[in-house]
Amino acid sequence: MANQNKGLIGRYWSLLTNPTRIAMGIILALGFVAGIVFWGGFNTALEITNTEEFCISCHEMEANVYQEYRETIHYSNRSGVRATCPDCHVPKDWTHKIIRKIAASKEVWGKITGLIDTREKFVEHRKSMALREWKRMKENDSRECRNCHNFESMDFSEQGRRSVTMHSTALASGEKTCIDCHKGIAHELPDMEGVEGWH
Amino acid sequence: MKKRLTIVAFVSLLTSIIATNVAWADMGGVQSLRGLEELDANNTADSLKRVPRDRETFERDYLHQPPLIPHQIRGYKVDLNSNKCLSCHSWQNYKKTGATKVSMTHFETRDGQQLSDVSPRRYFCNQCHVPQADAKPLVDNNFNSVKPLAD
Repeated sequence: MANQNKGLIGRYWSLLTNPTRIAMGIILALGFVAGIVFWGGFNTALEITNTEEFCISCHEMEANVYQEYRETIHYSNRSGVRATCPDCHVPKDWTHKIIRKIAASKEVWGKITGLIDTREKFVEHRKSMALREWKRMKENDSRECRNCHNFESMDFSEQGRRSVTMHSTALASGEKTCIDCHKGIAHELPDMEGVEGWH
Repeated sequence: MKKRLTIVAFVSLLTSIIATNVAWADMGGVQSLRGLEELDANNTADSLKRVPRDRETFERDYLHQPPLIPHQIRGYKVDLNSNKCLSCHSWQNYKKTGATKVSMTHFETRDGQQLSDVSPRRYFCNQCHVPQADAKPLVDNNFNSVKPLAD
């Protein structure tokens, strides 16, 4: 055998460079299966964090924002269609979703350090959190709103007079985006001092 | 046996007298807007009235009547943090939104001092301004506006 003349390192090297066909197959097959398991597991875990149950499993969300949201039209309405937490707060497409999820690691840190673990702390932080979310939505042209509220499908004849006035001008021209006017539609507002268009 | 029958008869008579008396006392013999329902019973609730989404402005019926709101106001908050009404009706915003602007009288404090913005005593819009649902009046009303408003 040629291998026996090569010494330990040489033998290991040839094992790596010239694997037998079966070994090659096994490596590929194992890699394939492991790939499915890890990728599937990763996505499943990711989707679990994208549910309302997951969001309100923390009392910070359950006791504050969720209770406020339950009184609004995105929870309770005539047709029973609902928008849950991730529908507005997590992008739908993969790239933006992953970016948002990585950014959310800061929220995990907030949970561990108890940044908003009492009502008082939550109220104190409400404005900075709201401003951050409004900024995000303004920058992506209210992408999460538009997942459901498609401008092309809006029938102005079905809208109220006041809605038509705004939607056919500022929204149609792209001068304004949904969040510019529709703030505080699912949660209570912070002190609106200094926020454009508010009093 | 006879004694027992007498007791039963007496008790049932007493109960019926008390029952009628209680019913009579509750109603007081008066029929109100609630109908002939007794106080301890629930009468059937009327269906909730819808506020029309948008309509033409209401004419005023008497002098100094706070103008009525001609649109829905579901979810419009007026509190320490924000005032949804003023985001359209304030002097800063009314031109952009095409809304009626808040009257100058709202800038005055109770001591007659003019402020540059809405006075705290006039901040809570819904204390005076209310939307109107499409509901029939419960009682007949023959109120007539004063001449200048009636025309």
